[in-house]
Amino acid sequence: MSEATVADTRRLNSKPQDLTDAYGPPSNFLEIDVYDPQTIGVGRNRFTTYEVRMKTNLPIFKLKESCVRRRYSDFEWLKNELERDSKIVVPPLPGKALKRQLPFRGDEGIFEESFIEERRSGLEQFINRIAGHPLAQNERCLHMFLQDESIDRNYIPGKVRQ
Amino acid sequence: MSFFSFGQTAEIDIVLNDAETRKKVEHKTEDGKKDKYFLFYDGETVSGKVNVTLKNPGKRLEHQGIKIEFIGQIELYFDRGNHHEFVSLVKDLARPGEMAQSQTFDFEFTHVEKPYESYTGQNVKLRYFLRATISRRLNDVCKELDIVVHTLSTYPELNSSIKMEVGIEDCLHIEFEYNKSKYHLKDVIVGKIYFLLVRIKIKHMEIDIIKRETTGTGPNVYHENDTIAKYEIMDGAPVRGESIPIRLFLAGYEMTPTMRDINKKFSVRYYLNLVLIDEEERRYFKQQEITLWRKGDIVRKSMSHQAAIASQRFEGSLRAPKIDSKHDI
Repeated sequence: MSEATVADTRRLNSKPQDLTDAYGPPSNFLEIDVYDPQTIGVGRNRFTTYEVRMKTNLPIFKLKESCVRRRYSDFEWLKNELERDSKIVVPPLPGKALKRQLPFRGDEGIFEESFIEERRSGLEQFINRIAGHPLAQNERCLHMFLQDESIDRNYIPGKVRQ
Repeated sequence: MSFFSFGQTAEIDIVLNDAETRKKVEHKTEDGKKDKYFLFYDGETVSGKVNVTLKNPGKRLEHQGIKIEFIGQIELYFDRGNHHEFVSLVKDLARPGEMAQSQTFDFEFTHVEKPYESYTGQNVKLRYFLRATISRRLNDVCKELDIVVHTLSTYPELNSSIKMEVGIEDCLHIEFEYNKSKYHLKDVIVGKIYFLLVRIKIKHMEIDIIKRETTGTGPNVYHENDTIAKYEIMDGAPVRGESIPIRLFLAGYEMTPTMRDINKKFSVRYYLNLVLIDEEERRYFKQQEITLWRKGDIVRKSMSHQAAIASQRFEGSLRAPKIDSKHDI
């Protein structure tokens, strides 16, 4: 048997990359910031809202930039919708902190600065993880959460097509 | 073991005639250890001597016959009692009678068929061995000598590359290419991944080699997957138009040739698994089967005459691992 004893390990031929592709903005740009917590209302009817600002170049999102205000229960709503309708494993939200809502605490409870910061960070992680998931990006509830002024809880659940 | 201290016991020893010159190879045992065994190929003659040594000098050994067998068998671990013998040869060495002193018997199994490669797996074992037996009324005296058989192939005539475009609609499109569909065990996988659309945030990409051992038939089929290798080929985020090269040397990994439906009892198949991982640890993968085959070593002067005959025999042999044409793409 006379055959080559050294294998040919040269690279396969490939198309040269277009320079606009190489140096242009990547097509996967998606950034969501959760910040500027504001506590609204007085006494026992207080609640905290957060600004959810999104910047993206993904074609599936109608708006390339959006800015909405959301509260914790809105995030919970989104999580429930996705758990019901989509096939993804939804990441966890930061805790509900029921203990903090009990009376006779020494501190501000759920309006304590350090707690709000912890929650803000957890919500930011949560929304970035979901919004980047190819299967979650098809869900109407996600688009409404990120880009509509307010959430219509009576909406018709469904998929978004590009 | 004899319970009667006044009886005669014997020890058996099997020695091959070409023990000095025949090559030995390492082979895994069932408990994971590696041992060395004599290497044989299909068609080679197995010959040697059986030494029967009497332990108590002066006493005679009564027996019902002495024989030697050459056996090739498949053992499924979930069905230990049943050994499926696909090769079974026997030579009688002595008729029933008495042995007055230690003796040596010659044996030869000429041009033995060894259609399959020796394999020790997770749920199945295929082995070849010589077994010498002294039959006695109460208990036989037995000795086994395992050998290892390798099946060799030559370069396949048809060996097309594997090239495919896969992806997730509107999110990720790639074209992957591997230079061949059939690789020998010391070959190199040369390929590339070309990115057509990247709308997810990829962190890195790796290629895994997965071995799948399938045992059982019909509703009792059981697949055992084992990741033999994980090899990172890209670290960082690619963009459209980028080509990532693949060069994976197979000689560093412990693999066997692809075995398809051996004696209708088991299969061992290999897959390349291309895995992309994004920043949230989500995994996107594409699995593709490859055929592995064993190339014969270059014929050296010291190679035994018999092995040279055997290697000429199998070049046209129908029993070389079947390179199934329907797996060409």
